[in-house]
Amino acid sequence: MEHTVKAFDEDITRLRGLIAQMGGMAEVAVQRAMDALVKGDDTLAEQVIADDKKLDALESEVDKLAVRIIALRAPMADDLREVIAALKIAGVVERIGDYSKAIAKAGRKIEDRKKFGPLTLVPAMGEIAAEMVHDAMTAYAARDAVLAREVITTDEKVDNFYESIFRNLVSHMVENPSTISSAAQLLFVARNLERIGDHATNVAEMVHYAATGAYPVDSDF
Amino acid sequence: MEHRRPLPWPGLALAVVGSLGLLILGQQPWLALTVLLLWGCSLWLAIAEPPPVSTTRTNGAFNRDTMSELIEHSGTPLLLTEKGRIAIANQAAREVLGAHIVGQDVRVALRHPDAITLTNMDRADTTTVRGLVRRHDIWRLSRQPLGDGMAVIELINRTAEADISRSHTDFVANASHELRTPLASIIGYAETLAEENGETDVATRDRFLGTILRESRRLKGLVDDLMSLSRIEAEKHDQPSDRIDMRPVVERAARDAAGPERLSRLELDLADGIVVRGDQQQLEQLVRNLVDNALKYGAEDEPVRVVLEEGQAGNARLTVSDRGEGIAPEHLPHLTRRFYRTDPGRSRASGGTGLGLAIVKHIVERHRGRLDIESKVGRGTTVVVRIPLIDDGEQGLS
Repeated sequence: MEHTVKAFDEDITRLRGLIAQMGGMAEVAVQRAMDALVKGDDTLAEQVIADDKKLDALESEVDKLAVRIIALRAPMADDLREVIAALKIAGVVERIGDYSKAIAKAGRKIEDRKKFGPLTLVPAMGEIAAEMVHDAMTAYAARDAVLAREVITTDEKVDNFYESIFRNLVSHMVENPSTISSAAQLLFVARNLERIGDHATNVAEMVHYAATGAYPVDSDF
Repeated sequence: MEHRRPLPWPGLALAVVGSLGLLILGQQPWLALTVLLLWGCSLWLAIAEPPPVSTTRTNGAFNRDTMSELIEHSGTPLLLTEKGRIAIANQAAREVLGAHIVGQDVRVALRHPDAITLTNMDRADTTTVRGLVRRHDIWRLSRQPLGDGMAVIELINRTAEADISRSHTDFVANASHELRTPLASIIGYAETLAEENGETDVATRDRFLGTILRESRRLKGLVDDLMSLSRIEAEKHDQPSDRIDMRPVVERAARDAAGPERLSRLELDLADGIVVRGDQQQLEQLVRNLVDNALKYGAEDEPVRVVLEEGQAGNARLTVSDRGEGIAPEHLPHLTRRFYRTDPGRSRASGGTGLGLAIVKHIVERHRGRLDIESKVGRGTTVVVRIPLIDDGEQGLS
C-alpha cells in the first residue's frame, strides 16, 4: 500500500504494529496461563494477571490511533477496512487476554494438584486454542485469507474438545464429590479456552474481511 | 578529513617546548634551533604521506542497495530496521517470516513481547525467544543499533539444540519400551505354559521355551549394552591411559564377533606396531560391534574386510567394510543415535539392541578419535575409526 501522504502510511503501519504487539502478548498470555495452571506456578499466574493491564493500555492506544486516522485522513476502501478491522481486532484480542487472566486465576484455586487427574485433560485443548491465536495473528501479519480460513475451521476441534472435557468433568464430579470445587474451576478453564478459540476465529474472520472485503461464507459470525 | 593535511599542532607545540627546554638548560641557541627545525620538518614529512585508506563516506545514510546485496544471501535471517520499520529483510528472513514483512512495522514480523522489548532498546542486546515464528520454536535474537534510528537484527534458530536435550528424555522412554517388549513375550509365553498345567505337547512347549530363552537373551544383551553405554558415558572425559597394541586386540575381537560359523567371511589385513592409548575392553567391544554389524547387514555370501593401518596425521586407522545393500543417505546422520533403526523389524529379528553404534561412537569419543560412516546404496557400507597413536617417540617400528 503506497500512499501519497507519507504520514498516512506511517499511521497505518503503526496501527498494524500495535495490533501485532497485542496479538503477541495475548499468545504469550494464553501459553503462560496454561503453564501456570498445569504446573501450579503461582508467580507465573500473577504475572499473567499483571500483564493484562498492558494489553488494556495497548487497546486504548489502538482506539485512539484508529479514531485519529478516521478523523484526520478520512480513509477510503481497503484503507478504511484496515482501520475498522484493526479497531475490532483490538477489542477481541483484549478479550483473549481477559480469558487468559481468568484461566490464571482459576488455576490458583485448584487444590491438591497431584491427585487431581482431570488436570491432564486441558493442556491438549489449551495447545489447540493457543495455536489458533498464533495462526490468527500470523494470518493478520501476512494478510493471509487462506490461513484465516484454516483458523476458522479449527474452531470446531476446540468446540468438540470442550464437549468431551465437559462430560468427563461432570462424571468425575459425580464419582469424586470431594474434588467438585477443583473440577468446577477446571470447567471454567475449559470454557475460557473454548471462548479463546471463538475469539481467535473472530480475529481470523476480521483478517479475511480486511484482506478480501467479505466475511468468509459458512461462518456463524 | 576535510583538510587534506592538517598541521600537527600538538607535535609542533612539543617541538617548541623541547627547544625552549634546551635553551633554558643552557644549551647553545643554534643547537635548540636545529632541534626545532629537524623536529618540525620530520613531522611535516610524516603527514605529507597520503592517508593509507581513503574512505569515501557519503554523509548520512548507508547505501541501501549495497547493504541489501551484502546481506541478501547470508544463510542467517537478517533484518535491517529503520525507525521501527523493516527496511531490508534478506532472503533467509523472508523465508522464515514471510515476504510481506518488508516495509511493515517490525512488530508485525516479531510480535513476541520479549522481541518487542529488544527492538525498543537503544543499545545492542541479545535475547532468546520461545515461539517466535511457530509455537514452541526457539530463536536467539541479536540486535545491533547502527545509529540514525537504524538497527540490524539477527535471528538464529536454536530449536534443534533444545531437541537434543529432549532426546535424553526420549532415551528413557525408548529404553523402557525396548525393555518392555521382550519382557511382554516372556511373561506371555510363561503364563501360557503355567496355565496349561503340563498338558501342552512337547513340540509346542519346546517352541514356547525357545521363545522365552531367546527373548531373555535379548533382554540380557540389552541390559548389558545399556550398562556399558552408561559406563562409557560416565568416564567420557578421562582419556584412557593404557598402552594398547591394536593388532592382537582387533584380531581377537573380530574373530570373537564372527564366531566359528561366520569366520570364513572375515578378511583381516592388520598392520603391526599400531599402539594407541586405550582401554582394551572398550576397544574390543568397538571392534566386536562393528564387525558384527558388518556381518549382519552385509550380503550373506560377501566377505567383510577389516583393515588396521597407520593412517595420516598420527592416527591409527581401522576400517570395517561390507558389501551389501548399504544405508540410504537420509539415515546416515542418525545411525549413532540410541535405538535408531533404519528397518526396525529386521534389526530386532537379527537380535540387534539398537545400541551398537551408539556405544561405538562413545568409545571413539572417549579415545579422542573420529568415527566416519560412508555408505552407498546397493554397494555396501564402510566404517572408519581413527584413534591417535601414542606419540612419545619410544613407540618403535617393532
